[in-house]
Amino acid sequence: METTTISPTLPTVPVRPLAAVRQHVGQWGLIAALAALPVYYGIHDLVFGYQAGYVAGHQVIHHDLSNLGYNFAQGLSNGAIWALIAIGYTLVYGIIELINFAHGDVFMIGSFTAVGLWGVLGLSPGINPAWLVGGLLLTLIITMIVTGSLNVLIERVAYRPLRSAPKLAALITAVGFSFILQNVGLLWRGGTPQSVPDLIGVQQTVFTIAGVPIQRGYILVFAVMIPLVFALSWFINSTRAGRAMRATAQDPEAARLMGINVNATISLTFLLGGMLAGAAGLVYALYETNVWYFQGFKAGLIAFTAAVMGGIGNVRGAVLGGLIIGVIQALSDARLGPQWTEAVVFGYLIVIMTLRPRGLLGEETREAG
Amino acid sequence: MSGFLGRLRERRAAAVARLPRWWNRALAGTLIAFGIVLPFFFPADSGFMNGTIIAVAYAVMSLGLNIVVGFAGLLDLGYVAFYALGAYSLGWFGSGFFFKLHVHVLVSPVASTLQGVHLNFVLILIGAAAICAAAGMLIGLPTLRLRGDYIAIVTLAFGEIIGVVAVNGQSVPVGGGMTLTAGNLGISAVDAPYFPGIGSFSLLNLRPWYWLILAILLLVLFVNLRLRDSRLGRAWVALREDEVAAVSMGIPLVKTKLLAYSVGAAFGGMAGAFFGTYYTEVNAGQFAFGFSIFILAMVIIGGLGSIWGALVGGLTLGYINNYLIPDVLNDLPSKFGLHFQLTQVEFGIFGFLLVIMMLLRPQGLIPERRRRLELTAQIAAEDAQLAEAPAGEVTVILPPGEGAA
Repeated sequence: METTTISPTLPTVPVRPLAAVRQHVGQWGLIAALAALPVYYGIHDLVFGYQAGYVAGHQVIHHDLSNLGYNFAQGLSNGAIWALIAIGYTLVYGIIELINFAHGDVFMIGSFTAVGLWGVLGLSPGINPAWLVGGLLLTLIITMIVTGSLNVLIERVAYRPLRSAPKLAALITAVGFSFILQNVGLLWRGGTPQSVPDLIGVQQTVFTIAGVPIQRGYILVFAVMIPLVFALSWFINSTRAGRAMRATAQDPEAARLMGINVNATISLTFLLGGMLAGAAGLVYALYETNVWYFQGFKAGLIAFTAAVMGGIGNVRGAVLGGLIIGVIQALSDARLGPQWTEAVVFGYLIVIMTLRPRGLLGEETREAG
Repeated sequence: MSGFLGRLRERRAAAVARLPRWWNRALAGTLIAFGIVLPFFFPADSGFMNGTIIAVAYAVMSLGLNIVVGFAGLLDLGYVAFYALGAYSLGWFGSGFFFKLHVHVLVSPVASTLQGVHLNFVLILIGAAAICAAAGMLIGLPTLRLRGDYIAIVTLAFGEIIGVVAVNGQSVPVGGGMTLTAGNLGISAVDAPYFPGIGSFSLLNLRPWYWLILAILLLVLFVNLRLRDSRLGRAWVALREDEVAAVSMGIPLVKTKLLAYSVGAAFGGMAGAFFGTYYTEVNAGQFAFGFSIFILAMVIIGGLGSIWGALVGGLTLGYINNYLIPDVLNDLPSKFGLHFQLTQVEFGIFGFLLVIMMLLRPQGLIPERRRRLELTAQIAAEDAQLAEAPAGEVTVILPPGEGAA
């Protein structure tokens, strides 16, 4: 995972002292802002304790960190799903500097496709485990192919004709496609969240570490996310096509002169991003056990925040950002109430943008200096 | 073909040159007069009147957003925040929502006996504009160092935060048992506009509402036109075209950008206050992200940076959204045997329009002159003409007011 960065880098310019100070304030300010929530609630739990249940009608108050650990476990596994989506944003932004607004909705279509395939394959909670695992793997592959192709199709229809137009134009078609996909979802499965069968028993505890129950869902999410991320970074770093992607991200014009088929490379990027979104869609449906046409919009915004937080154009950054956002979300859900979570996440986005626009691991780009 | 078009363009230019000097004013006067007498041709409570009022209010918002996105080139995806703040200004200062207070300024005799804060609609309008202008500056501050897409994301985040606060405001106490907003229950029983000598507006007769929003539109249009040709307006365009060059020419970056945000926001707030009283309630459910995109679609379909484009775009999408889709075409899918109504997928339709518009006519319906020049090859043609002309005949055309400075 040494050189997973595919954002265009600029030559380093001599840094003036004041700018250097500001840079450090930005970096440490961001880290302080990110640490604020967990540290505050950790101290709160240790000092004041938390209610761990009732024994014989009396409240049991614990003074330890396992409640915080539970928040973290939940947050990290949520965040792993956001990370898969965020990689799609970061790849596309790295290569054509476009916020692919439709990406979240491609993820939603992935969820819907997966749930539809379960019905076709006859997967239900009680069936033979071998067939269940096989069926889910088949679903994963088909879903990834569907969403990957969808993403390539969107690029071909809506973004490629506007390659030389002002950047605003492509952003607007992206928003347009986001709405189109949302309405496809709306007509497909209706306007309310629908529960889907809990195929693997996501909430069953497998084992417990230091008082934190590890549920099947957590293991599932990481079992899908980690291999995919490693496969992706292997692909980007070690294959010819991956090298073409990095070259195109740095300078499309020079890449073309070197004999790289830029259009095919961009299509490939969209294919990879879409496939990861499809995998995220399947995992989301398994993990949350409900699907909704609007899930993609929210997930898209969260994942984009994650990509920006990690440093857009940077795959490692997207994963890191996704995990951090997941934890922030879980903490806010559990402590402040889920109705405020969206505001907390977006508040963090604004803080990041103010303190360090290039994100945690990102390099300076033309857009955010 | 191009030769024919060129001749056509020359003919048109010649015809425009032959028109008397008062022609533009006469045209504007006729249009305004037509706008004023329009309601007499339709029943006072018809669906068409309702659609027209909403379309005109959308046009006000579209003109406001056009300042931020079109003139200054700052892509704002959180414009719904100002709709919300404007509407809540009305909810706070024109209803019994703050029930512990008793403040009455120039309101109808009925409202002046009620509890709560009741201000005259004109005062609320000014207040909404002021609140939104301040909020616009606040939203603008973190985006000063950013460009392009990053601005879009920060403004989007602000819009969403304001939406979340609006929904959850029920649980935010502001003292005396009162809360910040009424969430999804909505602040209802807001005052209708009241003017001494005219009386309170009623929803049975929509004409006064129409004239009120028309007056707001004309005011906003006038301010827009004056701003476009002002020093500030030129500074916005300069920043949009090339920030580095503009700043090195001495344009104050911070002031110019923040003014763009706050002027655009103020217009959105005025339209928001009007919507608050016209819909007779201020409900947090109205302030979704889709609305920001809806207004942005108006600006883009009209033509980014073009005042007449924003006006036409606002009216067109307003009519499509509030008259054509719900009243005229709604059961079209069922005629083809499909089981959904067109209002369900209206945002899909707008998304489709946005994509088609960007692919086929990226400059919009009525493009700004500057953009049209960029997009057609006219600049090249003019350059060639200048190069061919004898040196003595070349005239340099400066915008009015700039030659003396």
